[in-house]
Amino acid sequence: MKNKSLVSIHDYSKKDYLRIMDLAEEFEKNPKKYGRLLSGKVIATLFFEPSTRTRLSFESAVQRLGGKIIGFTDAGSSSVSKGETVKDTIKTVSQYSDLIVMRHPIEGSVRWASEISDVPIVNAGDGANQHPTQCLLDLYTIRQTQKKLNNLTITMVGDLKYGRTVHSLIQAMSYFSPTFHFVSPQELKMPNEYKIFLKEKNIMFEEHKDLNEVMKKSDIVYITRVQKERFSDPIEYEKVKNAFVLKNDMIEGTKSNLKILHPLPRVNEIDQDVDSNQKAYYFKQAHNGVFTRMAIISSILGLK
Amino acid sequence: METKDMKELKVSAIKQGTVIDHIPAQSLFKVISILELQKMDTQITIGYNFESKSMGQKGIIKLADKFPSQKDLNKIALFAPEAKINIIRNYKVVEKDLVQVPDTIEGIVKCMNPKCITNHECVKTKFTVIEKKKVTLKCKYCEKITDQEHFEMK
Ligand SMILES: [Zn+2]
Repeated sequence: MKNKSLVSIHDYSKKDYLRIMDLAEEFEKNPKKYGRLLSGKVIATLFFEPSTRTRLSFESAVQRLGGKIIGFTDAGSSSVSKGETVKDTIKTVSQYSDLIVMRHPIEGSVRWASEISDVPIVNAGDGANQHPTQCLLDLYTIRQTQKKLNNLTITMVGDLKYGRTVHSLIQAMSYFSPTFHFVSPQELKMPNEYKIFLKEKNIMFEEHKDLNEVMKKSDIVYITRVQKERFSDPIEYEKVKNAFVLKNDMIEGTKSNLKILHPLPRVNEIDQDVDSNQKAYYFKQAHNGVFTRMAIISSILGLK
Repeated sequence: METKDMKELKVSAIKQGTVIDHIPAQSLFKVISILELQKMDTQITIGYNFESKSMGQKGIIKLADKFPSQKDLNKIALFAPEAKINIIRNYKVVEKDLVQVPDTIEGIVKCMNPKCITNHECVKTKFTVIEKKKVTLKCKYCEKITDQEHFEMK
């Protein structure tokens, strides 16, 4: 993994996932011990489109390991708006830094950047394509809450058509014999290519229209946002928007180990009263993002 | 009935070189451009809209004194999967081959995802061939699929 860019979840093997998770756990358990691990290193965070949450999580990860940060957010404030290409920006910044964290709205731009750059690149989201650190933090969170990764029943809810986090998670979890339940509006069902992938791997999955059907079977309920823009017919959206909202009373009678996850930001797909339920885990999940990114950065730099 | 001599008149035989036969007529000009024939300095005979029993109308290309590598010839497989390669020496066919769809493809076709970096910046397309029968390509950059019905020259 040393010096190797992380652009797509497919760049890592099962062994790599496990290594990152173990390292994230080590950082979480011993926060003080690694405060100088990145000292003398400069990490660039290049956010060609804004994503405050992801950027802060990466920057917090670097700061906690004692590294320095340079970078920009939003192309408007950089030379990109003056017409500089990804190529020139990356070539230049790779002279100033030891590792680049990059987010860009164009799909494949981070892979392209990794071919040009003299230093490794970590993808912080390239349009609708990949966001591998989110996937790794999801895996870490699932393992943390269930004390294992094998043979879990995972329910995915919401926009399963465009949601890249659910697609990556399916692929990453495929190593650990899961059972999936997919709950989504008709228009946002899981695309065929992923169902074919699961069939080829002999992984069980079922599709549902009602979340209540599967709440009691689940170890993990992973909720994603249903965006109005995704519907060709706005009336369709109005009809389904409340059918995929998690309410506190729906959690009654569920398994004791059940945890509710969400990649955030949330709009209204999880009721605010759920937040205080001990099965709600999405804020802790976001916190885990910091440890996971610490693990990814330090392992790419060959420091751990 | 057509005699052998009449055929000879239509397309003159070459002493040595390569004959690419069974090119679908509608792909002939794409094949010419993929092989960059305009840059070659030898005698080239191009036949267009020839009748073919198996394909309706076909194209044929004769390259005198040129023997492109199998790797280069395979590039045309995307647009002419049934093309036959005949190697000619001393007016005789000494070798016959079919083109083969390669495992990876660089350039030649566009990624059909309009949001892909290869359609925004000057980046050469790179694909993994994930299905050879009904040729299906996966973009190395955006990871999206481009299928046979959507091949467009880059
Ligand atoms: Zn592409």
